[in-house]
Amino acid sequence: MNISIYIYVLVMAVTTYLIRAIPLVFLKKPIKSRFLRSFLHYVPAACLTAMTFPAILYATDNIISGALGLLVGVFLAFKNKSLIVVAVASCATVFLCDLLITLL
Amino acid sequence: MKILRLKDFWAGVRMGFPVCVGYFSVSFGFGAMAVAQGLSVWHAILISATNLTSAGQFAGLTVISAGAAIIEMILTQLVINSRYALMSLALGPRFGPSVGTGSRLIAAFFNTDEVFALGMARKEKLTAAYFIGAGVIAAVGWTSGTAMGALAGSLLPVSVRAALGVMLYGMFIAIVVPQARQEKPILISVILALVFSCLFTWVPGLKAISSGLAIVICTVAAAAICAVIAPVADEEGTE
Repeated sequence: MNISIYIYVLVMAVTTYLIRAIPLVFLKKPIKSRFLRSFLHYVPAACLTAMTFPAILYATDNIISGALGLLVGVFLAFKNKSLIVVAVASCATVFLCDLLITLL
Repeated sequence: MKILRLKDFWAGVRMGFPVCVGYFSVSFGFGAMAVAQGLSVWHAILISATNLTSAGQFAGLTVISAGAAIIEMILTQLVINSRYALMSLALGPRFGPSVGTGSRLIAAFFNTDEVFALGMARKEKLTAAYFIGAGVIAAVGWTSGTAMGALAGSLLPVSVRAALGVMLYGMFIAIVVPQARQEKPILISVILALVFSCLFTWVPGLKAISSGLAIVICTVAAAAICAVIAPVADEEGTE
């Protein structure tokens, strides 16, 4: 079956939008539950961590370059470098590492 | 009143500028990857302009190039982007009752990890105008970066394209590490999520669970444990 790419994009955009809009429109009062507030406080960092590791190890041609990219990123982020510096440096590390491995 | 809102809007744009630059570089990776998987430049731009998600789009790309069923696209997005529902839940009360439904419907589109973080960090009263200002400039960076990456993608060698895929993770690292460094409970939540995520990747049996669903389980478990052992202060400081 050949589904038009426009259908995919439309479905993707609408789903994503509704996920964002429904809670924002229907919840106008502060959340009473202390547990729920605490839970929400911890969600973003936990989610991004689960998405990054160990996926980053498999995102490149070999695990070593992914691991080095991760280490460089974590080090620079720990030094409070900006988003773009961290992202570009991890990327460059992976590129150079892959290049070295191909050459050796 | 109108002038006040415009001032807030531009304040948002100014605060959102670094996000715009960061998004440009990350979505450059997305554009290059989309073209590599057989999408046209126009399709790549359309996806970024209508979705404004990082991980969701990368996952959506896989669904499209696999030619999978529509229901799979819905499920993937629901699972991977569910964290936005949690962010919107936190953002709703932060806006307070003065922000109406119309403004909320617009602001919702721009609720990304970084724009959300900017909104929550606002010292003054958070208005929809400020949030939308930050969101618009972020969306400009995200969409134009995709366009550039898609245009350049076909010219780049495969090795460069592979490395660009790491951009996304680099961005996540840049968001998480400083937070974990500042707040010990967040560090604990990060370590928990890390351990759970490794279990789902490497332990036989658990491996069978799709990566999207595994992310949700890891997130919910880590955040719930931290909410129990380190609840946030009783007073939120708004209102």
